Amino acid sequence: MRTDLAVIGAGPAGLAAALAASARGVRVVLVDAAPEPGGQFYRQPAPGLRARHPEALHHQWRAWTRLRDGLAASPVRVLADHHVWCVERESGGLTVHALRGPEQERSVEVRAAAVLLATGGYETVLPFPGWTLPGVVTAGGAQAMLKGGLVVAGGTAVVAGTGPLLLPVATGLAAAGVRVAALVESADPRRLLRHAGALARKLPEGAGYAARLLRHGVPVLARHTVLRAHGGGTSRPGGAGRGGDRLTGVTVAALDGRGRVRSGTERLLPCDTLAVGHGMLPHTDLAEGLGCRLDGRRVAVDAEQRTDVPGVWAAGESTGVGGAALALAEGHIAGRSIAARLRGTAPDPGEWAPAAGVRARMRSVAAALESAWAPPARWTDRVTDDTVVCRCEEVTAGAVREALALGAGDTRTVKLLSRAGMGWCQGRMCGPAVAGLTGCEPTPSSSPFARPVPLGVLADGHRAHEDRTEEGPS
Amino acid sequence: MNPLERAGARPGPAFEVTFDGRPIEALPGRTVAAVLWAAGITSWRTTRGEGRPRGVFCGIGVCFDCLVTVNGRPGQRACLVPARPGDVIRTEEGTGRAH
Repeated sequence: MRTDLAVIGAGPAGLAAALAASARGVRVVLVDAAPEPGGQFYRQPAPGLRARHPEALHHQWRAWTRLRDGLAASPVRVLADHHVWCVERESGGLTVHALRGPEQERSVEVRAAAVLLATGGYETVLPFPGWTLPGVVTAGGAQAMLKGGLVVAGGTAVVAGTGPLLLPVATGLAAAGVRVAALVESADPRRLLRHAGALARKLPEGAGYAARLLRHGVPVLARHTVLRAHGGGTSRPGGAGRGGDRLTGVTVAALDGRGRVRSGTERLLPCDTLAVGHGMLPHTDLAEGLGCRLDGRRVAVDAEQRTDVPGVWAAGESTGVGGAALALAEGHIAGRSIAARLRGTAPDPGEWAPAAGVRARMRSVAAALESAWAPPARWTDRVTDDTVVCRCEEVTAGAVREALALGAGDTRTVKLLSRAGMGWCQGRMCGPAVAGLTGCEPTPSSSPFARPVPLGVLADGHRAHEDRTEEGPS
Repeated sequence: MNPLERAGARPGPAFEVTFDGRPIEALPGRTVAAVLWAAGITSWRTTRGEGRPRGVFCGIGVCFDCLVTVNGRPGQRACLVPARPGDVIRTEEGTGRAH
């Protein structure tokens, strides 16, 4: 399939960019892994559930309806259920390779003159004893299951970790009938006050969450952390294993100003669900595969949202986590820039001045939130040697520390010595934890593939490439 | 109020799938993970090394913790795969390829 622009990711940034470019005559193919557009933020209930009031589980619903209706009225071609595993630069353009889901046995190619990476972000969860027990889920995962499947894992939840995502997750679960025993936030809310200027616009939103937490009777434990998740019983018939098969509760404790546990503050909160998260990270695999320059953990872009690879733009959380409003602004700017550049003209930034204003404001909000909601200091002290860090390969914190003792000086060597990060998720889940435990900066991924790819697909690709080569130069 | 009521869901008729031979009810549109959660089941895999139970973790297809065997095909991400009438869902032991 050939097109002018391939947009990868149908969340706020991808949708805004696809609509802005399409409105200016660009042929757009929008490729997304989910069955329906929306991304994580605007995740919709599965159509089969026929929800008459999906807005009850969402906020910023009007922005979604505008995007949804805009997409329906546009000529943008949507490839849903397409999992992009690689973007290649070839002479004359770019080729997007995607596995068709959910079976993911066949790969399709989209050839485009320009590509927008709107691949979003994913949640960081730092390990603690018991975090692999069934019933412990990421905060975003609990929200995705709720929004998409209209389902919860149990009757009593603790929402814990750090970051702004915990608020909608706690209020969302409470509104869906779950008893939320506590919202456990390790940050000190007083730190937010230091950024009062940048965060002024966020105050009404924050006040709204506070009111909802109060209404649902959710106790907020600030400067607290989960020390341990406890298991017991069985989650399925005949399945009880050692240590129990199912979350039964968590021990929480207060933290002092230096991030240490205040002795004597430990207490047990019985629960069957723990929704836990420690902030978001940009999805950068495709950008890294293309050789785009990163700025820290984010894809580096210029004022037009261009990466340093010709023909490749990026917008949304992949260029820095900052929420839906920022993603919409960046996507809009990228779409307009792409439309102009594909015509061979330089865009007039004056045309997107309002979006640029939103982008500047929201980036300063994001910077303030990031510093206020840093992961709890000294969290690694509480990761016992027998705690699994790499969930895929079952590598413990003790094994990671041993690799360090053997002389590993970077995360790649730690990985080679311990296997941490070698499993299915390719270190997405354990990367930040390994970096924290070893004190090493995470090594950028060098994998050419953004997700596991069946060998048959690679063999087919190789045969197709050979066939093209045999046809001679074109 | 449960999430279905909260969102005003009027799902089509439920259908049956089996989990380790036990019949359970599934609502159209739900993923295998959502169907299992709705039936009170939170683990459907044991790890290769320690044989520890696992279920949904990230819920969005990134972590691969929720792998399950559906209709004889191991390694399916339960949080992504939609449940279909008659699906035979089995706990995935180890690599899922032993039987």
